[in-house]
Amino acid sequence: MSQPLLRVDRLSRHFRVRRQGGAGRQILRAVDEVSFSVERGRAFGLVGESGCGKSTLARALLRLIEPTSGRVWLSGEEITALDRRALKRARRRMQMIFQDPFASLSPRRTVAQIVREPMDAHHFGDRSERADRAARLLERVGLGAAALDRFPHEFSGGQRQRIGIARALALEPSLIVADEAVSALDVSVQSQVLNLLASLKQDPGVGLVFISHDLAVVQHICETVGVMYLGRLVETGPADRVLSAPAHPYTRALLDAVPIPEPGRPIGGRALAGEVPSPLNPPPGCPFHPRCPKALPICATRRPSTIELTEDSQAHRVDCHLHDPEIGA
Amino acid sequence: MSERLLEVEDLSVEFATEGGVIRAVEEVSFGIDRGATLGIVGESGCGKSVTSLALMGLLPRPAGRVVGGSVRFDGAELIGLDESRLRKLRGSEISMVFQEPLTALNPVYTIGRQIAEVARRHLGLSRSRARERAIEMLARVGIPLPDRRIDEYPHELSGGMRQRAMIAMALVCRPKLLIADEPTTALDVTTQAQVLEQIVTLQREFGTAVILITHDLGVVAETCRDALVMYCGEIVERAATEHLFNTPRHRYTQRLLEAMPRIRSRPLTSLPVIPGSVPEPDRLPSGCRFAPRCAHSGSRCELERPRLQRLEDSDVACFYPANVEADGAAT
Repeated sequence: MSQPLLRVDRLSRHFRVRRQGGAGRQILRAVDEVSFSVERGRAFGLVGESGCGKSTLARALLRLIEPTSGRVWLSGEEITALDRRALKRARRRMQMIFQDPFASLSPRRTVAQIVREPMDAHHFGDRSERADRAARLLERVGLGAAALDRFPHEFSGGQRQRIGIARALALEPSLIVADEAVSALDVSVQSQVLNLLASLKQDPGVGLVFISHDLAVVQHICETVGVMYLGRLVETGPADRVLSAPAHPYTRALLDAVPIPEPGRPIGGRALAGEVPSPLNPPPGCPFHPRCPKALPICATRRPSTIELTEDSQAHRVDCHLHDPEIGA
Repeated sequence: MSERLLEVEDLSVEFATEGGVIRAVEEVSFGIDRGATLGIVGESGCGKSVTSLALMGLLPRPAGRVVGGSVRFDGAELIGLDESRLRKLRGSEISMVFQEPLTALNPVYTIGRQIAEVARRHLGLSRSRARERAIEMLARVGIPLPDRRIDEYPHELSGGMRQRAMIAMALVCRPKLLIADEPTTALDVTTQAQVLEQIVTLQREFGTAVILITHDLGVVAETCRDALVMYCGEIVERAATEHLFNTPRHRYTQRLLEAMPRIRSRPLTSLPVIPGSVPEPDRLPSGCRFAPRCAHSGSRCELERPRLQRLEDSDVACFYPANVEADGAAT
């Protein structure tokens, strides 16, 4: 069978930071040996709470920050092995959409200039082709050519995010990484932009990495989900399985914490105790064990290995001792 | 002593902007009983935060001002009350928690000192008694090792802990009313669950009435007995939370509930959307402000402004409300 669009193998990004209140440096493992893949026409959702490393991972995939170790392939080409010139060429095929569309759009340029910018930088077609394409892209994201000569401040948040999406599509990328792309939007426009993002997958060559703290949003867009905790993927699998029958107690806790618009449910008893520990000083064994309602004695001492829960192609993996046939209850 | 703690009637607020005067809140009326919980829901710019600031006499000056209506708190009119009396009320009888506690806490004082300060000023406690009270409050809001954390500065606490400290400060005088404006929006979902649980627990223990302002319908469903929905400065629907969610009457409420992403047993292929976007405050439609985005609007909606009217268990400002069984009406 054909190779996946994106393959990530044991990717890590560590930072050396000054030891707090002391001499010397220590290692912060922001992303630690993360592996997953994204198929064409599909979306991979990356969920986790702030500081779990999901945004660092997104940037490391595109080498916007350099990974410490591990490998990334896009359409079979090893991105992590490219020199700078080759990387610049490869960047055409990988684009990012950010949370705050206002911060990522230059206020002094017209929408036409903003959408053309990546095409200019990569010498995509001639001038008139670029202008045509910019107009078509704006139609594609639902803004219409009337937007071309206006400036970002004239648009609402949802419309600005559409401009950001049009710009990301300008070079016909095969991989789109969206980092909290709808988090700043109000509900009534969030769903419009979500539907637009979901429609990008209709292009059979395109795959999405969709980063969000919102599980419901991820479920709507993604076929596969990865859950991050303290820099590691603790559970990966098909979205319908992970969100309906989560294997990792942390995934369960995340799901239980989401407020549900159904009145009358008693509040209380669902909140996970404690806080995310400092990534500078992660707990030994399973990093989730101090907060885990199901922790076994072994969880405090031995780091769980990755357990395959299924044998079909829809791999469902979890890093949890409870699922280890030699340990689990 | 009346059951009613707060009664807001026809409250209107204007803001002076570069482009002229805009009406941020338009004839808003609602009330809350002692010890009750009320959610105010709406999207950015709907006027929910401005409403709460107006209640507290905290509108940014000179740009914002109350141009009409009344706010009666515990029997006394707050609109037009002089600043010194308002200040006395704030912190002791009405207090507020904001989205970002870092902006509300003073960075150069320890959290203990800030909480104790409120207790000393409003309750007249001695320095040592106020400190004891602060430690007790930190424990009540679920901060571990409160006798040690009390001497930490705001930046030394995590976001969740800061918000707890803020709640401790807001409740140290056991106010009759707590206004919480997006108190958990900046927090992660597991921390949000903890903080909401804490607010509800303390609300019950202290008998404090809570007005919770949020964009998140899920948060309202879990914490509030009553709710109102705002759109473009107006209340479009007001009901017990149960009725609001089970039989939404206003088309905007209905669409908002549908459009909200939620974890479903079978995900939808396409999320229902509300077409268009919220109109700019200087370009509001003259009739129903939701009409341009509404699939059920008629010519009347464009000409006439609907007023809140009783419809079974809800108050709704809509000429063609939803979930009405009657002859030929929509569902």
